[in-house]
Amino acid sequence: MSWTRYAAPQRFYPLAGRAVPWFAGLALLLAVVGLVIGLGVAPTDHQQGESYRIIFVHVPAAWMSMIIYLAMAFWAAIGLIFNTRLASMLAVALAPTGAWMTFLALWTGALWGKPTWGTWWVWDARLTSELILLFLYIGFMSLHAAIDDERRADRAAALLALVGVVNVPIIYFSVQWWNTLHQGASVSLTQAPSMATTMLWGMLIMALAFWMYSIAVALARTRVIILERERHARWARQALEPA
Amino acid sequence: MNWNSLGDFLHMGGYGLYVWGSFGMCALVLGAECWGVALRRRALRDLPLDDDLDERPLHEA
Repeated sequence: MSWTRYAAPQRFYPLAGRAVPWFAGLALLLAVVGLVIGLGVAPTDHQQGESYRIIFVHVPAAWMSMIIYLAMAFWAAIGLIFNTRLASMLAVALAPTGAWMTFLALWTGALWGKPTWGTWWVWDARLTSELILLFLYIGFMSLHAAIDDERRADRAAALLALVGVVNVPIIYFSVQWWNTLHQGASVSLTQAPSMATTMLWGMLIMALAFWMYSIAVALARTRVIILERERHARWARQALEPA
Repeated sequence: MNWNSLGDFLHMGGYGLYVWGSFGMCALVLGAECWGVALRRRALRDLPLDDDLDERPLHEA
């Protein structure tokens, strides 16, 4: 037995079904802990007051918006290169979650920007490249929906996803490459974090909660997509019938 | 804990609108997304089904 065994939608379907409650449960648990720390335990920021608490949802949403795009492009590429249906279905299932995360990053960023910068929006490099990410997700979903033949839709959307990958490092490094209004990273792999320990823990736990949520909802959506596409097969019909 | 009362907590040092507008939108969007997946799953039953059942074995399908 090998991992490729689960590349068959019929075998992946029950596996994902068993995984969803675990990821959803973990997401809920981590969210409760993260919210208690973020809204209760973490101290007031001496510069930004209580408005800084928005970062406990803003940073996780922004991270996930980029990570999900990379995952989507990865599975789309696997589907394109190896012609595996399940990989393409995973890519299609990730797109709405990524789009929502991008929307949340922009929304919470605007609500943070208003009291902090005095404006909801500014056309600077970080904000503009994140907005382009939202358009890439919407473009991916629209293109896929516009083509009737599923496999052709998978391939066309995969190409778009791959071209759009170039935008992800642009978002990430925008605060270094350009003079932007957006503050630099408070957490990075190369430097000690420039924030209080409880703030950092709250943010990392919330980021994990968002991560677990994204896996749970994307797997649940993949299961629906599998049944939509495979519904003519006997096993899928049996899975569709009420138990 | 930083808060002396519920009112204090909701007020968020004057940033209540921004903080709760952020957390509220997240709850709304993530809740709606889950609901959307559940609806899409329910809609599966109404999708058209051809009667020529695919009887191919798994490795060919």
